[in-house]
Amino acid sequence: MLSPKAVYIHIPFCATKCHYCDFTAYVVDGQPVDDYIDALEKEIEMTVKDAPPGKLDSIFIGGGTPTVLTPVQMEKLLRMIQSYFPNWSSTIEYTMEANPGTTSSELLSVMRAGGVNRLSFGAQTFEPHLLRDIGRSHGVSEIATSVKDARYAGFTNISLDLMFGLPNQTVEQVRDTLERAVALSVDHFSCYSLKVEEGTLFYHLEERGQLPLPTEDAEYAMYQLIRDYLLQQGYVQYEVSNFSKPGRSSKHNSTYWRNEAYYGFGAGAHGYVNHIRHANVKGITEYIGRIDNGERPILQQNKIDIQEQMENYFILGLRLLAGVSLKQFEQQYGLPADKVFKEAIETLVKKQFLIIEDDTLRLTEQGLLFGNDVFAQFLY
Amino acid sequence: MNKQSQIRNFSIIAHIDHGKSTLADRILDFTGALSEREKQDQFLDKMDLERERGITIKLQSVRLPYRAKDGQEYILNLIDTPGHVDFSYEVSRSLQACEGALLVVDAAQGVEAQTLANVYLALENDLEIIPVINKIDLPSADPERVKEEVEEVIGLDASDAVLASAKAGIGIEDILEQIVAKVPAPAGDTEAPLQALIFDSFYDAYKGVIVYMRVVQGTIRKGMKIKMMATGKTFEVLEVGAYNPHPVSMDELSVGEVGFVVASIKNVKDTRVGDTITDATNPAPEPLPGYRKTNPMVFCGLYPVDSSQYEDLREALEKLELNDASLAYEPETSNALGFGFRCGFLGLLHMEIIQERIEREFQISLITTAPSVVYQVYLTDGTSIQIENPTLMPPVQKIDHVEEPYVRAGIMVPNDFVGTVMELCQNKRGQYIDMKYLDTNRVNLQYDLPLSEIVYDFFDLLKSSTKGYASFDYELIGNKTSDLVKMDVLLNGEVVDALSFIVHRNRAQHRGRLLVEKLKKLIPRQMFEIPIQAAIGNKVVARENISAIRKNVLAKCYGGDISRKRKLLEKQKEGKKRMKAVGSVEVPQEAFMAVLKMEEK
Repeated sequence: MLSPKAVYIHIPFCATKCHYCDFTAYVVDGQPVDDYIDALEKEIEMTVKDAPPGKLDSIFIGGGTPTVLTPVQMEKLLRMIQSYFPNWSSTIEYTMEANPGTTSSELLSVMRAGGVNRLSFGAQTFEPHLLRDIGRSHGVSEIATSVKDARYAGFTNISLDLMFGLPNQTVEQVRDTLERAVALSVDHFSCYSLKVEEGTLFYHLEERGQLPLPTEDAEYAMYQLIRDYLLQQGYVQYEVSNFSKPGRSSKHNSTYWRNEAYYGFGAGAHGYVNHIRHANVKGITEYIGRIDNGERPILQQNKIDIQEQMENYFILGLRLLAGVSLKQFEQQYGLPADKVFKEAIETLVKKQFLIIEDDTLRLTEQGLLFGNDVFAQFLY
Repeated sequence: MNKQSQIRNFSIIAHIDHGKSTLADRILDFTGALSEREKQDQFLDKMDLERERGITIKLQSVRLPYRAKDGQEYILNLIDTPGHVDFSYEVSRSLQACEGALLVVDAAQGVEAQTLANVYLALENDLEIIPVINKIDLPSADPERVKEEVEEVIGLDASDAVLASAKAGIGIEDILEQIVAKVPAPAGDTEAPLQALIFDSFYDAYKGVIVYMRVVQGTIRKGMKIKMMATGKTFEVLEVGAYNPHPVSMDELSVGEVGFVVASIKNVKDTRVGDTITDATNPAPEPLPGYRKTNPMVFCGLYPVDSSQYEDLREALEKLELNDASLAYEPETSNALGFGFRCGFLGLLHMEIIQERIEREFQISLITTAPSVVYQVYLTDGTSIQIENPTLMPPVQKIDHVEEPYVRAGIMVPNDFVGTVMELCQNKRGQYIDMKYLDTNRVNLQYDLPLSEIVYDFFDLLKSSTKGYASFDYELIGNKTSDLVKMDVLLNGEVVDALSFIVHRNRAQHRGRLLVEKLKKLIPRQMFEIPIQAAIGNKVVARENISAIRKNVLAKCYGGDISRKRKLLEKQKEGKKRMKAVGSVEVPQEAFMAVLKMEEK
């Protein structure tokens, strides 16, 4: 496997915890943030010693909310990254996740100076009541302000996360959110339907029958509205949940969908290097403790065998609407795809979930809507 | 070896949970039959399933030497009995093999319906009954009240009843002494032509069928040619012996003795419970009384979820049949479920046990259709047929009338629940027969009920509506004419044969409605709309729609999610595998049992 060209760094701190969030994220008050950054440095040092990086195409600092770091902490983090990963491609995509209202001009200029060239804001919705009800710590006006501030600081590639299928959300509210979001003429949208995960406040509410989620049909209508509206406004849907202006699709996330290698650093982070997927421990104290002991903070890891690699090639790759290259599959694995996955491909093409054009296998409209049924077919 | 006067043959009658197995273990223990290592609880119940459910399915017998207080050495043969109504014929045969029985009654709970049924069986067989009030060490024990109850309800003299606690080992010697003193020694002539009563048999992979029997007249010896009087089959005896509780070979078994016979018998069907073994060269003039062939009462379709396991299922049934003469099956094809078997059982418990053993011991995942009884259908052309699969019910125009099996049910219930139980029986088309107060608090109700209603959900409703206080037993009393119709279920416009059922006309619409509502909940939404209809002939009596699913795709999938997402997809794929494609509709296993699990409102 090629040396990783993508780096993910997890900053597991937030001002508050959202009601739907099951990521590794802790309320920042009282957390040993500086120790955590020191530990990150040691983890990176240990890792790249064994598996040195290639020329980087992307870096993604996610969370949590990385922008809860102070400018001083941020500067330290970004410098450290530069020193361990000095070799960047000229077109590197360097993304920082941020929450509206957390990006002071000072922080923004520190990030610019550190090489960050893309911001991904968790806007979620432009409906004030919904923002409050899902536990977001910002208001509607802060979304526009933060985008404006970011532009002023020189950021020219900005993405917004939006959510649909929220409790009490209506299709009309989704339309309103889309109009206001597009008015900001950002470059990229990630639009996720809410999934109620175990261990979240929403999960408990749902268990008790107190989470008024929209019907499946309403959720479907929201999804189709998002797709239609963004297409009309000049955005291309390039993945199940992702839309961009031409040429602005996320390079970093495409690493995952193309089943390529990436480093993952930080508490709860995942990485995929040399065909080994690993997950780090989630607790901050445990993370720092393990590193102080000179160990890598790995919770579990497993080698991905050829069969699973081949399956993932399709399960992940088909999420990209451009589809996957059958030729490339054969080059990579030495076996023709239409032999390895003969039954799956034939069945799905016959059901009109997949279509083959020249060398490319991709989802049809119907296949996109029933992606899980498509992906599951490729499992052995 | 003439010890006839020193032999005592007895069994134990008890309601589930009243401590029969524990008592049996204590008796084995007291007479020194078990080594320390073997003193694991419930030695007699061999199968895991039996131990888990606390019931006895297969019979066992043990021969126990006992030196009584009179200084004499006795041989006590304990013949264990199954504790469930499904097996009441087997119970009656093992009782016939005894001269006495211990009647074990829980000192707190008193007499229960099942106990009563078996006591009557014992009395019919002229057994000496020794009451044992068990669990006297429980704080809630009230032995005096229970003694009174035994006297009033059963009419037995309970003044000498042994007060015991099998768990604490109290009263065991008293019990053994009473057996010696009260149970008569077997009568019979060792020189008479052989008559031995078969009360059980099981298949052993090395020895063939091992027959459990009691010698009533004459002697059975190794090398003897024997004949089964009902089946007419003859065999040469290779081995006779008894269990102590381990099998021990002996030269012969004579009048009154209980033990086993091995004779290269290939099939348990040749050694029917209740049949008489005789000497082929010097046969007895007539068999022992009471033999009858047990007929399956409850039928259902068993289908492998994975149709490639059809042959495995056949092998499993063949293997189980080796050991279970009352299991019947024949191949059956369903449009909905493919190839499977229609199987007949003695009752619901028997059915559940077989299903569980197939799934557990043979690892075949099953789809079970709702159980059905045998309907006698009289046709307009004057002929009649038996229907054990609702699908085979002829069209209405050809039917003159239909008869269904009825049972007489005895239900013992505390006073407070009498009204509830009567209402339940009424709802189940029951006919009131009798009501007796057992004491100031307990009532024994008698109803005649259609067996199909019992098979349907009577047990569950009885249990839930009486908070578990009711006990229940029944016996078949023959067929009665009923106004019955066949209800079909259509999925997406196609009749699903495996879901058809037979129901009383007055209840048809209601049950059809409940069923389609239930199916709507059980069948997952699919990519197209699915109408569910319940119909009698061409007339639709209930309808629901399952609306189409519009999308199924995970919104988020990034680096951290991949392993987890794969697991979700795997789960989805596994779920699909457990579904059966009926036409274009994917139907989960549970749906086929839904006919049974409808709560009446």
